Amino acid sequence: MEKTVVFRHKLLPYLLLLPQLVIILVFFYWPAVQAVWQSFLREDAFGLTSEFVGFENYQALFAQPEYYKSILTTAVFSSLVAALSLSIALLFATQADKNLKAAPAYKTFLIWPYAVAPAIAGVLWIFMFHPSLGTLARPLRLMGLDWNPLLNGNHAMTLVVMAAVWKQISYNFLFFLAGLQSIPKSVIEASAIDGAGPLRRFWTIIFPLLSPTTFFLLVVNVVYVFFDTFGIIDAVTGGGPAGSTTTMVYKVYSDGRLGGDLGGSAVQSVVLMVIVIALTAIQFRYIERKVQY
Amino acid sequence: MNIRRIGLGLMTSALVAFAAPAYAVTEIQWWHAMTGGNNDIVNKLAAEFNASQPDYKVVPTFKGSYPETMNAGIAAFRAGSAPHIIQVFEVGTATMMSATGAIKPVHVLMKEANEPFDPKAYLPAITGYYSTSKGDMLSFPFNSSSMVMWVNLEELKKAGVAEIPKTWPEVFDAAKKLKAAGHTTCGFSNAWASWAHIEQFSAWHNVPIGTKANGLDGFDTELKFNSPLHVKHLQNLMDLQKDKTYDYSGRASASESRFASGECAIFLTSSGYYATAKGTAKFEFTSAPMPYYPDVAGAPQNSIIGGASLWVMGGKKADEYKGIAKFFAFLSDTNRQAKLHQESGYLPITKAAYEKTKADGFYDKNPTLQTPLKELTNKEPTENSRGLRFGNMVQMRDLWAEEIEAALAGQKTAQQALDSAVSRGNAMLRTFEKTAK
Repeated sequence: MEKTVVFRHKLLPYLLLLPQLVIILVFFYWPAVQAVWQSFLREDAFGLTSEFVGFENYQALFAQPEYYKSILTTAVFSSLVAALSLSIALLFATQADKNLKAAPAYKTFLIWPYAVAPAIAGVLWIFMFHPSLGTLARPLRLMGLDWNPLLNGNHAMTLVVMAAVWKQISYNFLFFLAGLQSIPKSVIEASAIDGAGPLRRFWTIIFPLLSPTTFFLLVVNVVYVFFDTFGIIDAVTGGGPAGSTTTMVYKVYSDGRLGGDLGGSAVQSVVLMVIVIALTAIQFRYIERKVQY
Repeated sequence: MNIRRIGLGLMTSALVAFAAPAYAVTEIQWWHAMTGGNNDIVNKLAAEFNASQPDYKVVPTFKGSYPETMNAGIAAFRAGSAPHIIQVFEVGTATMMSATGAIKPVHVLMKEANEPFDPKAYLPAITGYYSTSKGDMLSFPFNSSSMVMWVNLEELKKAGVAEIPKTWPEVFDAAKKLKAAGHTTCGFSNAWASWAHIEQFSAWHNVPIGTKANGLDGFDTELKFNSPLHVKHLQNLMDLQKDKTYDYSGRASASESRFASGECAIFLTSSGYYATAKGTAKFEFTSAPMPYYPDVAGAPQNSIIGGASLWVMGGKKADEYKGIAKFFAFLSDTNRQAKLHQESGYLPITKAAYEKTKADGFYDKNPTLQTPLKELTNKEPTENSRGLRFGNMVQMRDLWAEEIEAALAGQKTAQQALDSAVSRGNAMLRTFEKTAK
């Protein structure tokens, strides 16, 4: 006699899955397929003429030295943002997790920046660091630093990295805090009784137990820097100076929207898609092995 | 309760929206990019036109910055819901005119609608930019400006600069004096890097930006602005950037406030900056013609315009076109043009409006507003100074600025930067030529 109830209906599971499948098809696969198709076409901005050109758009893209530069820029930008936003958020989370008087207030304040739209975040940072308007640029200049993100590529990069990190810390902070709170206090206390200092406790107990959270955040952050930081870059530097903050996704926008070159822009989206799929696959294949759930 | 009330409110407003066409008024959608005081002017113009006749209603909608408005229009066209009129900035001209079928040329529109329209009534320095090589007007000039040099008269006097500099060497000297007198972060500067140092600079010195009359005579144009004169100018800027006698202010107009704040006492930007300068600068200032190199034969030539024009989209009903034509005739009215010019600081588009403003003695009191007109009409335009028309110009301007930035930051020599701007630009022109057959 079987105790578990089994639905013998063959269609039912598919029917139940249908809404989700439709959403995925319409909002994910359809645009992706469109992008791939578009990358083989040459079209004017208005879509009046359309011509199949095979791999011509791909050849044109890979012949551009600027494209390789934008890949390098993306690599620098994304590693800096991911590393900084994760480590700072972890630091904040461990501090906020202590028994502090006003801990709830700190936690609330730390979460706020996440509610700010990327473009607004960008504008806020401009106001602070614009070479002539910025309230914080003046002290920098007085300190003898020739702060000029309008011309100095490294300064511009610093500025967008700061803005992007600031924006993402809250999100990471939230997950780290939740992760920390789910670590049983008994384990930590036991190690404390065994004589482990705070640093040793962190690296041997807390950090490994936090690894599922860290791994999840790593994936989310990589996707964030690849795609969502577009608004910040657009508002703060517009990809400049001299292309030093033009990341791959910004170049997609610049070529497609400003340049009206939809084919060339679609090729870049396809490349970007492949890179992000590869990165995520690598993360799941190699890093996940080291994660202890 | 509240939710129900909100729902009711939404429903009524939806009903009102649906009910609107029942009045038999033909609506004309006008997408524009005007902010601040100019936004008010747009709304006022539409309201005045709507009140002046019962059959048509112009509905202006703000769509963001110039590139955003243009992109919104293109996207709407692709989706089959384009507005009737769209304001497109001057660098979008080539893209718009190549879209045969997507647009309705203004000269055709006016003829079909039987509205009075005399192309000769308009200032050629302005309409030339928006006309075919045969002189047929494609789009209707709305807000036009040119580049002028804004000077802070008080600071110039303090620094011991007796006269407003006329030539580039004089500007450099004045900037050095200003720097010595305390303007340590900025002797002189400019907004719109590419527009100032490539486009206007070339026209003002009567040297080509590109072949085929800067692209006006055909899309098979090639860029030419890596000449010795251009290289020399960029080299001068690079030398002065080192100690901030010249200080770069970015690609667009965000840093114009450096003039009004008093930081930069000499600043090149659009003549359309007038309204803002008047409202924010707390010192005596004026505008002067752009500087030139006196050793260049024939300089100064004439400047070219900037600003935006109104494009009429294709595929609309005959009745709607009639309304648009009436609206354009309304905008061309001499008194209205003169008033528009005097209020906004943008240029009058008809000769009559210019003459009227002159006759009214307006320029005696406001000489700053005449500077761009003097520049534009300085000499009979040549192949090099009629205007420019390059495909992908929106993005190309950024590309040129990128190279200027690389030179000013010391990453490239002046020659390398301009060569690279030319070759990258040419590659874009060839892509555009293939799509715009």
